[in-house]
Amino acid sequence: MMRDVTLPRVMWGASGRPLTLREHEMTFGAAKAGAALAGELEASGLMGRGGANFTTSKKVELLRAQRGHHKVLVVNAMEGEPVGHKDRTLLSTNPHLALDGAQYLAALIGARRVAVCVSRKDSAIVHHVQRALHERERRGGGPEFILHTPPWRYVAGEESALVHWLNDNETMPQYRPQRPHVLHVGRSPALVVNAETCAHVGLINRFGAHWFRELGTPSSPGSALVSVSGAVRRPTVLEVALGTPLRSILREAGADPDPLALLTGGYGGAWLDGEHLDAAYSNESLQPLGATVGAGILVVVPRGACGLAETQRIVKWMANESSRQCGPCAFGLPALAEDLGALLHGARDPHGVLVRLKERCSVIQGRGACRHPDGVVRLVASALTVFARHIEDHVSGSPCEALTTPRRWVAVPALEHESELVWE
Amino acid sequence: MTRRSDHFVLRVDPILCDGFGHCHELAPELVQVDEWGYPIIHDQATSTSELALLKSARLAVRGCPRQALRIERVTSHSETPR
Ligand code: SF4
Ligand code: SF4
Repeated sequence: MMRDVTLPRVMWGASGRPLTLREHEMTFGAAKAGAALAGELEASGLMGRGGANFTTSKKVELLRAQRGHHKVLVVNAMEGEPVGHKDRTLLSTNPHLALDGAQYLAALIGARRVAVCVSRKDSAIVHHVQRALHERERRGGGPEFILHTPPWRYVAGEESALVHWLNDNETMPQYRPQRPHVLHVGRSPALVVNAETCAHVGLINRFGAHWFRELGTPSSPGSALVSVSGAVRRPTVLEVALGTPLRSILREAGADPDPLALLTGGYGGAWLDGEHLDAAYSNESLQPLGATVGAGILVVVPRGACGLAETQRIVKWMANESSRQCGPCAFGLPALAEDLGALLHGARDPHGVLVRLKERCSVIQGRGACRHPDGVVRLVASALTVFARHIEDHVSGSPCEALTTPRRWVAVPALEHESELVWE
Repeated sequence: MTRRSDHFVLRVDPILCDGFGHCHELAPELVQVDEWGYPIIHDQATSTSELALLKSARLAVRGCPRQALRIERVTSHSETPR
């Protein structure tokens, strides 16, 4: 059976509840052995959908080159982004597709164990995955699947933090001087793959690289899940072909057609000015504009909102989510949040604050063990460009309309321990 | 064509480093400190023929109470990832 090239792909068969193994096989056809996968995977040009923008086949090759029979495949469905819902949506629709992909990848790198990581906060998703794994266990064959449920934190889904959890029950990133770096669970080399990426692998193995590339652009092939929220009728997860104009994605999501700006990629992503709606949704077209596909997130912020206020809330939350292992991140991010707050609510010397904020951004950049601070710096830097005129108003002391209303557009979880933020 | 490993960079493990800044005192040419006291390391590769710099880098490595510093040999100026 050859699925035609239309969307949806990984969301095919969506029925409001997870497909059982039998339904899954009736929808997608039985799983193949996966012998030809290495070539097909490379030819497909699949990029990881977790946000790091890394070619999956390269990661796989790196792991294939490792010696030993005790490799581990880690499926990352932690979804640390508070405004991201794609992996959860996928696992509550087609859990077996992601597990198929994981099984192929495990066979490809020679792993006998697959660790599926879902945050324990999402009890429904944990339940869906558990059921799917039981079904596979009854069927027999394939690698040994183990479900892990780390606590939910922003950085817990960072791959080295996830591996750290599997080793020592600590959700903190590790320092990796050499890149690319091979992570290890115990002494076994580990490959960490995002859940959506696994689902695409499950399809590539069935229908081939050629089929996969019929959607998307030459350098960003295939389809991707996007979580759209903010000024929309209802927050949704859509599956779109990469390279689709942003305007049509917003239309499909029922979003404000003429927004002030879009938050792209996630909390560690970047703002995109609302005038660039004709840009295609792919990294090669968004990167020149300073934006990114990242973890498949779009938040629509309408005109009349205050971009500075939105940024400040995100940065404050992100500062609190630092694992506080590295000085520049533990002290730098609260300092950025503080500067943004000072700009927002008025400071004695707003020009000085703006200059200091820019300096701090360049000082912090690249000095953490993981990319958490770099994401925040990118967000702040993009806010300073996209909202430059509005920030100028704040600096010169003119009142900001949006501050008088409590309405904010980017959903930010409440801080658990507000007082912890100043950490000394 | 440059010879292999004729340059070096000083690298810090930000997780181990606790920001007391001894490295800045031992190798001020290579290490600045930020406002919180954590080292900002000159990330351009330095030629190993600059013996004075190499020596202070070694002093910093030895003097770091957390053993967070390392000298990494690199081939040329261009190859300094991060
Ligand atoms: S950079 Fe920040 S989040 Fe990453 S390991 Fe260091 S302290 Fe933790
Ligand atoms: S001497 Fe070591 S621990 Fe102290 S600031 Fe320098 S690198 Fe960090």
